Amino acid sequence: MSDEAPVRKAKGTVFVQPEVCKGCSYCIEFCPTDCLEFGREFNAKGYHYPILGRPEDCTGCGLCGLYCPDFAIFGMRFKDLEAARAAAAATPPTR
Amino acid sequence: MSESTLNDDLDLSGLPLVDNPVMPYLRQERIPHIWCPGCGIGTTVNCFTRALEEAAKDLDKVAIVSGIGCTGRVAGYLNLDSFHTTHGRAIPFATGLKLANPDLSVVVYSGDGDLFAIGGNHFMHAARRNMDILVVCVNNFTYGMTGGQVAPTTPIGATQTTMPFGNFENPASLPFLADAAGATFVARWTVFHVRQLTRCFKEALGKKGFRFIEIMAPCPTLFLRRNRLGDGVDMVRQYKERSVLRNGADTKEVAVGMEGDIVVGTFVDRERPTWLDAMNSHFSSVLGDRYRTYGG
Ligand SMILES: Cc1ncc(C[n+]2csc(CCOP(=O)(O)OP(=O)(O)O)c2C)c(N)n1
Ligand code: SF4
Ligand code: SF4
Ligand code: SF4
Ligand SMILES: [Mg+2]
Repeated sequence: MSDEAPVRKAKGTVFVQPEVCKGCSYCIEFCPTDCLEFGREFNAKGYHYPILGRPEDCTGCGLCGLYCPDFAIFGMRFKDLEAARAAAAATPPTR
Repeated sequence: MSESTLNDDLDLSGLPLVDNPVMPYLRQERIPHIWCPGCGIGTTVNCFTRALEEAAKDLDKVAIVSGIGCTGRVAGYLNLDSFHTTHGRAIPFATGLKLANPDLSVVVYSGDGDLFAIGGNHFMHAARRNMDILVVCVNNFTYGMTGGQVAPTTPIGATQTTMPFGNFENPASLPFLADAAGATFVARWTVFHVRQLTRCFKEALGKKGFRFIEIMAPCPTLFLRRNRLGDGVDMVRQYKERSVLRNGADTKEVAVGMEGDIVVGTFVDRERPTWLDAMNSHFSSVLGDRYRTYGG
């Protein structure tokens, strides 16, 4: 990354696991800032999966992850992300 | 599986991956699950696990019991002490579990057919006795797993495999049933209300007595398709449009049909001695010092 801090309006981002998505569009429909859309790619089962079409609008509120019936997407605030990664490094999941 | 952030300006190299917050609560080797695209059951699982996290529950003290059905699979996907029992018998199983080990927080998670058709008598008596368990019913208004037969919840007019000309049987209103039978906590939400449902789970997990949560959820494959109601997401949009929040509503007035309002909220929240409390206080008063209180 360059010395200049990147100008990012987005407050968070999403993580997608394309292979378990079933294309139901819950996440797209109920995202409060309407920043998700279906991409052009198909997964192995033939479903289109969501992409962050307007990344600058994502607040990382996490609602997409609460809605997704297939556990294929979740969102996170940037300010929580590094802590989550540090926690993941420190304690491998035991359950 | 790889994650993709889709945000180019974010440098995440050198740090371990973060997992979906639901993952630690799942038996991950069983994912992807068997539920159909747009089925609402998985959404309820997100809310339930988030509530377990927020309630900071000791997971070694939480047991989950399901009967048979698509919803009954929840027990098999959750990485808790899980019991997948026979059809309709989740509540008697949970009763035994709770009485044998009163420290456990016992949750029954099952479908409307399982809990209210074949299992209806058990529901009534566990509520009447105020067994200290939380019963979660994912109500999709049909028998999903077996192909869409009419259920005790199927609204009048809905078409099902066993009612090809439309249902004419009067459906049960689950919150009314639970209230009348004596449940101490009765709430209804839909799959649209993910935040409210999470909060409701958390609240109910922190209470005692027979607690009941009804969650309306789409079964796109059988209920929606047969009734030409579109996809799962169309039904969840309907829930959004038709739902009306009425905490403390009279449960006589919360029945749902194919159209009209869907009343949501917490309808009942009261205290009654649990079955164990009642047993202890009864025998203590009858037998005095000769009685040693048990659990509770
Ligand atoms: C004793 C017995 N009778 C009937 C069945 C067949 N059966 C399996 S699941 C089910 C109904 C499931 O409906 P519900 O509880 O609403 O669950 P859903 O699949 O809709 O989530 C029935 C009748 C069975 N497994 N065992
Ligand atoms: S985290 Fe929130 S804002 Fe971002 S995509 Fe998901 S629902 Fe939309
Ligand atoms: S909610 Fe989940 S399964 Fe549905 S389209 Fe979005 S990522 Fe895919
Ligand atoms: S049949 Fe219905 S309830 Fe069962 S998994 Fe499919 S959509 Fe869900
Ligand atoms: Mg059902």
